[in-house]
Amino acid sequence: MMAPKSESRATPPRTFRRRGERSALASVLLHATLVGASFIAIFPILWILTISLRPGFAGSSEVHLFEPSSLDNYRYILTNTKFVSWLWNSIAVAFFTTLIGIFLSATAGYALSRFRFPGHRPLMWTFLVTQMFPVAILIVPLYNMMNKLGWVNTHTSLVFAYATVAVPFCTWMLKGYFDAIPVEIDEAGRVDGLTPIGTFWRLIVPLARPGLAVTAFYSFLTAWGEVAYATAFITSDEKKTLAVGLQTFVTQFKQEWGYLAAASILITIPAAAVFFFAQKHLVAGLTAGGTKG
Amino acid sequence: MSKVLYRNATRIYPGGTRPAVNALDLEIGAGEFLVLVGPSGCGKSTALRMLAGLEDIDAGSIHIGDRDVTHLPPKDRDIAMVFQNYALYPHMTVAENMGFALKIAGTAKEEIQKRVREAAKILSLEEYLERKPKALSGGQRQRVAMGRAIVRQPKVFLMDEPLSNLDAKLRVQTRTQIASLQRRLGVTTVYVTHDQVEAMTMGDRVAVLKDGVLQQCDTPRAMYERPVNVFVAGFIGSPAMNLLDVPVEESSVRVGSHSLPLPAHALGAAKGEKNGEVTIGIRPESFQMATDSSGLPVTVNVVEELGADAYLYGSVELPTGQHDIVARVDARNPPRRGERVHLSVRTEETHFFSSKTGERLAAPPT
Repeated sequence: MMAPKSESRATPPRTFRRRGERSALASVLLHATLVGASFIAIFPILWILTISLRPGFAGSSEVHLFEPSSLDNYRYILTNTKFVSWLWNSIAVAFFTTLIGIFLSATAGYALSRFRFPGHRPLMWTFLVTQMFPVAILIVPLYNMMNKLGWVNTHTSLVFAYATVAVPFCTWMLKGYFDAIPVEIDEAGRVDGLTPIGTFWRLIVPLARPGLAVTAFYSFLTAWGEVAYATAFITSDEKKTLAVGLQTFVTQFKQEWGYLAAASILITIPAAAVFFFAQKHLVAGLTAGGTKG
Repeated sequence: MSKVLYRNATRIYPGGTRPAVNALDLEIGAGEFLVLVGPSGCGKSTALRMLAGLEDIDAGSIHIGDRDVTHLPPKDRDIAMVFQNYALYPHMTVAENMGFALKIAGTAKEEIQKRVREAAKILSLEEYLERKPKALSGGQRQRVAMGRAIVRQPKVFLMDEPLSNLDAKLRVQTRTQIASLQRRLGVTTVYVTHDQVEAMTMGDRVAVLKDGVLQQCDTPRAMYERPVNVFVAGFIGSPAMNLLDVPVEESSVRVGSHSLPLPAHALGAAKGEKNGEVTIGIRPESFQMATDSSGLPVTVNVVEELGADAYLYGSVELPTGQHDIVARVDARNPPRRGERVHLSVRTEETHFFSSKTGERLAAPPT
């Protein structure tokens, strides 16, 4: 019997690549592309941040990254301008827009998802078609309507105008969300003794939290950042929202880029806070275990 | 516990041409376990949902006890329903799921807890009370769905194919549990299934539906021994009854080259058949291996050996062509594929139906 060979059993160098593995070069290129794209996306915000931290900057295009920075701009706009009242106005308008937006789109989305009534399809198409109108076209007709209602220069006009933007989109989105919740849960609720509103409020809404979170955030953002309707409908200074107020910093007579930049940075803070609270509800698998298959 | 009455209940879906449930007339006694069975699309789930109040009733009426509930919403009918895919509330715990209906009705919290605990004890769910449905297995979810129904102490239980989502072994186990639970609680139960084995084993009575029309409502044994028409005969019993259209001769019917004597009671009715043909029904167990070649010649195609039983799937030559039949054979000595065997028929167990209407001919053998 031959003795077993004692040569070393070194594994031959792998000439093929495992599925999903990348070469070093491909990895480097991929990461370089992603870093570059991220930088392009973040750079404008960083640029504004640096401008806001530089007092007395008059709009030169030189890049002064390491000059001494100060918070003078922030101090100025918070104390010497009407920024704070614009902030409260924006918060009020955005809050009510979000409230009405969620309420209308959730109830409409549920009705479209669960009930079959005459005009059900035309209503869905209306919600779709109205989203196609650019804001610029609608400023004048909406202004006329607000005028007739006596709502010009009130926050009510803004809330309703923003609702016309937010509700159609959110209704479609929530309808899709409710469609994914099995009808048997509604029926079990009915058999257990709930009215349709009870079923909606106690069974469906808890299960549609992610959809409602997105709706809330979208409605908030629509109101928070909108400038066209706000400029057209609000005339008096103390009622202005932030978007309109910002325009006073850069006019044809003066250009205070530092104040504009500082105000812009401050404006992102409430929006970021709302997003932070909304994204906690963006969880998957809420209806798991309810029904089979 | 109440009796349930369907009186000419009809439901036509909007846009449909034929009624989903057609003038259903059914009386279910108090405490009875009635099974509604039939193929897909026969209207059994619709009939159940009409009783639940989840479907409108286009004609006729439905009564629970002495009350006409035709136009009452589900919550006023005092019923509880177990859905096919459980329909548990995913965001609530098992205990909350089971107690939900009582909470809506405004029952006191101690009473709710007491009833939930009792139901959990009956169904062995005590350790799962604080879990959410997604942390439960299919069988456990099914028990929670049943618990939700039991806790309400309703007049009628409605069950819509509750076992169809369970694996085969669990299904057999749960079947007996449901049947004994119903007997223990004594609540009138209407149970829908497409599985005729479930129907036969669980029901006090079975109602077979086809295309929205009630075919027969009887005890399982009566259904098996005296099906009223060809459809029920072929539906009840597994493997299905063999149904053959054969010509009538003097006092017998001719099955291929074989002659089967017609029993006296069927003779008169058979003579009345215009086209000289009847449909005979022979259950697989009514065949026997003939000792000589006097029986029906059958070519064996497939032999299914199930352990205790073996079934022969073969073809028999008829004037109309090849006809497939199923016969039960000795499991210890089954024939081989391709073999040609001879089967004799126990004529006293043969069923006779009109080949035109499908209805049973005259009195059956007892």
